[in-house]
This record gives sequence, C-alpha cells and structure tokens, in this order.
Amino acid sequence: MQQATAAIRVLAPEALQDLISALAATRVVLGPVRRDGAIVYDEISRLDDLPAGWTDRQEAGQYRLEPRTDAALFGYAVGPHSWKQFLLPPREVLFTTRQTADGLDFLPPPAEERTYAFIGVRACELAAIAVQDKVLRDGPYADTAYAARRENAFIVAVNCGTAAPTCFCASMNTGPKAAAGYDIALTELLDGRHEFLAEAGSEAGEALLAALPSRPASAGDLAAAEAVTVNTAAAQTRALNTENLPAQLAAAANHPHWQEVAQRCLSCGNCTMVCPTCFCTTVADHTDLTTADAQRVRSWDSCFTLDFSYLHGGSVRQSTAARYRQWLTHKLSTWVEQFGTMGCVGCGRCITWCPTGIDLVAEATALREAQNGNS
Amino acid sequence: MPRLRLAVFKFASCDGCQLSLLDCEDELLAITDAVEIAHFAEASSTLAPGPYDLVLVEGSITTAQDAERIQEIRKQAGLLVTIGACATAGGIQALRNFADAAEYTRAVYPHPDYISTLATSTPIAAHVKVDAELRGCPISKESLLEFIAATLAGRAPVLPARPVCIECKSRGTVCVLVQGTPCLGPVTHAGCGALCPSYRRGCYGCFGPSETPNTAALAARFTALGQTPREIVHAFRNFNAGAAAFKRESEANEHKTD
Repeated sequence: MQQATAAIRVLAPEALQDLISALAATRVVLGPVRRDGAIVYDEISRLDDLPAGWTDRQEAGQYRLEPRTDAALFGYAVGPHSWKQFLLPPREVLFTTRQTADGLDFLPPPAEERTYAFIGVRACELAAIAVQDKVLRDGPYADTAYAARRENAFIVAVNCGTAAPTCFCASMNTGPKAAAGYDIALTELLDGRHEFLAEAGSEAGEALLAALPSRPASAGDLAAAEAVTVNTAAAQTRALNTENLPAQLAAAANHPHWQEVAQRCLSCGNCTMVCPTCFCTTVADHTDLTTADAQRVRSWDSCFTLDFSYLHGGSVRQSTAARYRQWLTHKLSTWVEQFGTMGCVGCGRCITWCPTGIDLVAEATALREAQNGNS
Repeated sequence: MPRLRLAVFKFASCDGCQLSLLDCEDELLAITDAVEIAHFAEASSTLAPGPYDLVLVEGSITTAQDAERIQEIRKQAGLLVTIGACATAGGIQALRNFADAAEYTRAVYPHPDYISTLATSTPIAAHVKVDAELRGCPISKESLLEFIAATLAGRAPVLPARPVCIECKSRGTVCVLVQGTPCLGPVTHAGCGALCPSYRRGCYGCFGPSETPNTAALAARFTALGQTPREIVHAFRNFNAGAAAFKRESEANEHKTD
C-alpha cells in the first residue's frame, strides 16, 4: 500500500494512452480486448483496444457480453483468460537434444526476450499471481523461466468497480481492491465524470506515474475511489465461508456428495484451465522422424484427466468423483498445508466456465453443512 | 538402420485419412528416408507384398469379402494401426446399424440385387487385434507423424485421450458452450487442436469419445440450451455414431419425445 498521498494522482482516460505508449516502448503490453463475445487478454497498443462501454453478464455455466450505459474501460468483472497464460504458458520447450558423433548435446530453449506489461490486473488476479509465485518461484525448486517473466513484468492493477454474481473475492480477502503486488493501481471513477485515481505501488510505478499528465488527488477523489471498492464488495452475492473449511473438507473425504457432483461433472478440465492458480503441467518427450533431435515439452495438464494420476499399472483416480474431490480439496484444504494459503482467490472463473455450471462455492458449502450435520 | 516397411490398406471409407499421409508435404522426404512405403495404392501402383512392420488401416468392414481381407492383412502386419473414425468406430456409414440396411439399399439403388453388403458397418477392432488407434474424421497429420516418429524411436506415442476442452483452453479459445452453442468438446477425444471452436462452432465429435465421457451430463446441458431429443440424437450419431459412449447416448435420447 502507498502511504504518501502525494503519490496519488488523478488521470483523464486519455492519459492511459500515454501509459500504454510509455510501456510499449520497452515491453509487450497486454490488456483486455473484446473478442469472440468475451473480454480476453491480448496485445494492445491503443486506448481504443480496451473494451470501452462493455460489461460481462456471468452466471454458473454462462457468460455473455452486454453494452454498458457509460464508456467505462474496465467495467467488467473477469473473463475466461488469466495472466497465467503469459507467466506460465500453455506449452513451453524445456530443452532440445541433438545426437552428435560424440553423444548427445543438450540445448536450452531460446531465452525469453519479451518483457510484459499487464494492464487491468484485478485484485483477485494479483492474489493468484502471488499464489503461483509461492509455488513456482519461491519454493525449493524455482522455475527460472517463470521467475524471469514474473520479475520483469510491469503490473497496472485496476480496483474492481463491478462484481459479477460469480465473484466472491470479498469473502476470500483477496479483493475487490488491490492490496499489494502492483506497480500502479487504478480506480475508475464514474460518479458523473470519467477519471482514474492512480496510486503507485513501486518505484518504477511512481516514476512512470510522474511522467503522465495528471493532477493531485483531492479528499473527494479519495472518497470516490473508496466508495467504488465499498460498493463493489457490497454487490457480491456469493461468499465462501472459509472458517475451518480445510479440516471440514478433509473430514468429508467419503461423503456421498462427491458422487452427486460426479453426475454433473464432465471431467473436462475447464475449471482447472481457467483457474488462475492451477499450475499443474505434464512433460512429454518428442522425437522427430530422424530420431536425431528430441524436445522435452511442458504443457498445461489437469487433475481431471486419467493420465494425470497414472502410476505403474493404471490411473489412481479412475472415477470422476475421485478427481473432483482431488481438485476441490486441493484448492480449499490441502493447498493450505502445502503452501500456507488457499488455492482459491474467489475470481469465480471455475463457476462461469464450467459447461454444466458446477459451483465451487455451493459444493464446498454443501460438504461443510454435511459435516456439520445440517443435511 | 533398416527402414520401417509401411503399408496402407483401405476399407469402406472416403480416403481422407490416407490423404493425411500425402498431406505431410514438408515431412514426406523425411518419412521416406526412415520408412519404406511398400504398399500404398493411393500414392503408387507398385504394390510390394508383405510382411509389413507397420500397417495403417482406413475404413470399416461393410462386406463379407472385407471381413475376410482384414484377416489376411492382420497376418502380414507387425503393428496394425487403424486410422480415422471409420476404422476405429465404423464411420458415418455405421448409421446403417441403427436402421434396416436392406431397406436403404432398396430405396437408393435401381437394382438392389447388384448390391452385396453386410447389415452393419463395424470397426476393424471388431474383427482383428488392433495395436493402436488414430482418431479423427479425418485423422490429424500431427498425430500420424507423432505415431510414426514414436515407432521409429521405440517410444510410446503422445496421443492423450483427454477432452478437446484442454486444447481449446491451451490456445486461448473462448468456450462456445458457455456462450450458448452446443459443443461436443467436453466428451470428445483431443487431437484436432480444437479446430471448430476456434471458428466459433461447436465440436462435432470427429475424434470420438474421450477417455471418460459423461455424455448424459452434456446431453442434459444441451437440453437446457433448448436442444430437442432429436437434435441430441443427431449430435451423437455422426462420424462416430458406432463408438460405444456416443451410441449409448444417442439411443438414450432416441425414444424421448421432442
């Protein structure tokens, strides 16, 4: 959090073009764009690339875009993409081998030359990046490629001004206001005007902010920004009660409710793919037709596939019930033992993008109540 | 290193899967360096006799003669691999399995007595032992190359049976099903690279059922999207109509009223 009020500025929307241009001088700038009926993350260069005047309508298993009555640039909740796809790409070559007269040469992958700037990172997404940092960067086996991409990324956060019915970050203490982990945080002010309150969260952010056309924030501006956060938190209709939840889920391992969920679960893996904290990958070796060259490739995997738990002789988690239980209890229970936080940040993507609309909050709540003897 | 002897045989099919081999334009020279294409009628009229190390079989069994011919081919084959939906599940022509084939013949041909056909279209695995299956209608060139490269290297091919959804998400495609378009992706075997959803179309299920397809839950979702039982039957009764999981789901919806 920024203490010095002097570093809090107010920008006109047009100043975001200066922000994008300044970042684009040295970085690949990624931000929200409207494509294929959704707000997704892609390369941007102009203010016009942002989804001005659009919002998302989300329910379990449903997502539609709708026009807003204003020109808000960040007037949506979260879409199907997350920043994971840039920090932990879906497919990555780990190394190449080449057979030579003397044996085998090991060649590292080409070094990542691109550095990223992310525009429009939500508080829940910052929390998700922090979770992945813990797993991929700060643990005993750091992923150097992830760490390099992460360290070089410039993050422009946006404090949410709208909540989807699938959002539950307030109950997870991860939002809707960005607490840490950003270079600049914006709050879009739409109270009869269109401006942005901007706070620096790092020296790099402070330097960039100082170079943008802006004015100092007044007490009224600060109050307006605070109201945005308060209203967005209050607008959230879903909440996950996490008190004692890890223990309750652990104790519910044999509850028949898992079988009930399995009736609806497609085991398609969509929840894990859209989850901004899910980090599981698989590694496969590919040889070419000459059998002289080989590549080891890492790609996104999901605990909903049979291969994921394949040990000698077969897959350990044959049933969908076992796979859903593995996923939910990892997210909300064993993750805490492993990494000291929950694996869920309350973004609601797994609820929206489940084709059959399975609701993590509802299932966890049902299991908790079953443990409490209420069902 | 002796080259791998390869043969391609065709049964009831459209030739599209065999064409995937010729479609390997850039890799074709590398293939012929490593593989002796001994018997491939679509590419050359010079047909060398067996035995073959690797036999690719396209098409389904629809005649009594073909039922005998596949037995002979099996005897000549080291590895026998079916390529495509016809060889693996009976193909679109397995629609006859749900109807009266003799009645179809009478309706279509002026002289049905000239036609000698079985009442069913069955996959190769219903007749002989199959060592591996390449899915798709048609198969993907990538999976064919992966299988040949793996065979040459003596490793297991990487052809995961997980659903198309994982390929969709890996390429950043927005889910069309969640946006209201019926899509078979969640129950369909990966391998096409999630082609149709990338053009905003629902998956047609060309690669057949995935490893653990919950077709009933998907059919329930289609119903919620306003699909009639008849439309659901049509969705599952396509190129892979004869694949067990799709067959069961189409039959489960067949007698529901619209």
